[in-house]
Amino acid sequence: MRLEVKNLNFAYGDKTILKDLSFTVEDGEFISLLGPSGCGKSTLLNVLAGILTPESGQICIDGNEMHGISSQFAYMPQNDFLFPWKTILDNVCLYGEIHHRKKEMKEEARRQMARFGLEGCENKYPSELSGGMRQRAAFLRTTLCEANIYLLDEPFGALDVITRGDMQDWLRELGGNLKKTTLLVTHDTDEAIYLSDRILILGASGEGIRREIRIEEKERTREWLYRQGALREEIHHVIKNK
Amino acid sequence: MAGGMSRKGTDNMKKITNAAPIFVIVVLMIIWESVVQIAGIPLYVLPAPSDMLRTFVTEFPVLLGHAGVTVMEALAGMAISFVIGVVIGILIDALPLFKKCIYPILVVTQTVPVIVLAPIFIIYMGFGYAPKILTVVLMCFFPIVISFSDGLGEMDAGYRNLVRTYGGSTFQVYRLVKIPSAMISLLSGLKVAATYSISGAVVGEWIASQSGLGYYLIRAKNGYMLDKVFACVLMIILLSLLMNGAVKLFGYLMMPARRKQGAKGQV
Repeated sequence: MRLEVKNLNFAYGDKTILKDLSFTVEDGEFISLLGPSGCGKSTLLNVLAGILTPESGQICIDGNEMHGISSQFAYMPQNDFLFPWKTILDNVCLYGEIHHRKKEMKEEARRQMARFGLEGCENKYPSELSGGMRQRAAFLRTTLCEANIYLLDEPFGALDVITRGDMQDWLRELGGNLKKTTLLVTHDTDEAIYLSDRILILGASGEGIRREIRIEEKERTREWLYRQGALREEIHHVIKNK
Repeated sequence: MAGGMSRKGTDNMKKITNAAPIFVIVVLMIIWESVVQIAGIPLYVLPAPSDMLRTFVTEFPVLLGHAGVTVMEALAGMAISFVIGVVIGILIDALPLFKKCIYPILVVTQTVPVIVLAPIFIIYMGFGYAPKILTVVLMCFFPIVISFSDGLGEMDAGYRNLVRTYGGSTFQVYRLVKIPSAMISLLSGLKVAATYSISGAVVGEWIASQSGLGYYLIRAKNGYMLDKVFACVLMIILLSLLMNGAVKLFGYLMMPARRKQGAKGQV
């Protein structure tokens, strides 16, 4: 599904966060949002998810304007927000429980467990899982939402470097099969280069998109990523506004 | 072992820490017994712990009969307090204006001594169980309301937002997130309330009743049978601990995730 954001404005009181922000995400495209802290990346995702209400502007999916919370978006926040009192199976079926389809969703979730590296964890509680496994469970919960656009807000931000790398490899492999329109907020330049079709670099709050970088390489490996020093430097300079 | 205590040392330390309160109680009892015996204090002034225990054993069938009445009043009061506490707790969390209006009144209800209110309840409600149960309610609902509404308010907004973005209603936010996350706080309030409940019933029985531990206590006191008074106090203590333990058991059964964490030593 094609996501179109037109002249979006949002402010916290007197502080402008998003000003006339416009961009488009094509169907099945993976976009990363980079930018300095406080530039409004997470705010943008919260506005798209319907948690925050914009002052003005339009959010359109396949040309249809959306207002408030939309079932087209599946939002995954930075923290896994797995309910500690629910088992992993019950956690990942949250959407089904809300929409009274828990039984069918449990069957689907059981089928997906192995694909998400969670086989045998159905009846475990979140406290019994590692950070990486918890994030995978949170991502499985997101994919079970039956939404067409994923909004991922620093999903691996709280993980250690090694686990984060593993999760990026896993998401890259999985993402190719899911073919969902995805908007990823991250602070990690390598993560953006490795996973995205396009990178949007936001300026300071209210400044809008400073630069758009398209990543053409299709066959990406860790070795390929290590050789992207020039691109990394370019992105760094744009973020720092040098 | 350098840099820390060995596992065996830690286990021993834990055993000592667990046994310490029992040790203190035993020492206090020995001191109490010795003072009464050495000073020759008469039974109607201060009975020795041994007198109290002997009376407790001999009077146990009588005490048990009265305890049944008191426990029934306490349980009825607790059940009503639980319902009132949960309903008011949710309303306080959901409606800020309701909180502003009701909170000062709740605090005021706790500033008036129950012993003053109990005779008034009897005037309005007669000599049956109702005024005793109401006394229990007055003592027990407050900790439940406060702990539960605090628990509801302390929930991370991220969970609520998650349910909202998944299309969840306000009712589902409460059912799926807020109420389960406030369970630990609710249980804390229930533990306090359960401990108060027996005392509440006893206070109600003091004023006017024909059975119950409060009635037994007043009769024993009026007859200067202090060993019976202390035996009754011991019964009240045991029942209060039993009520507290029952709430703990309820929490243990109701929260399997916490039980598993506890077993792994994470709580």
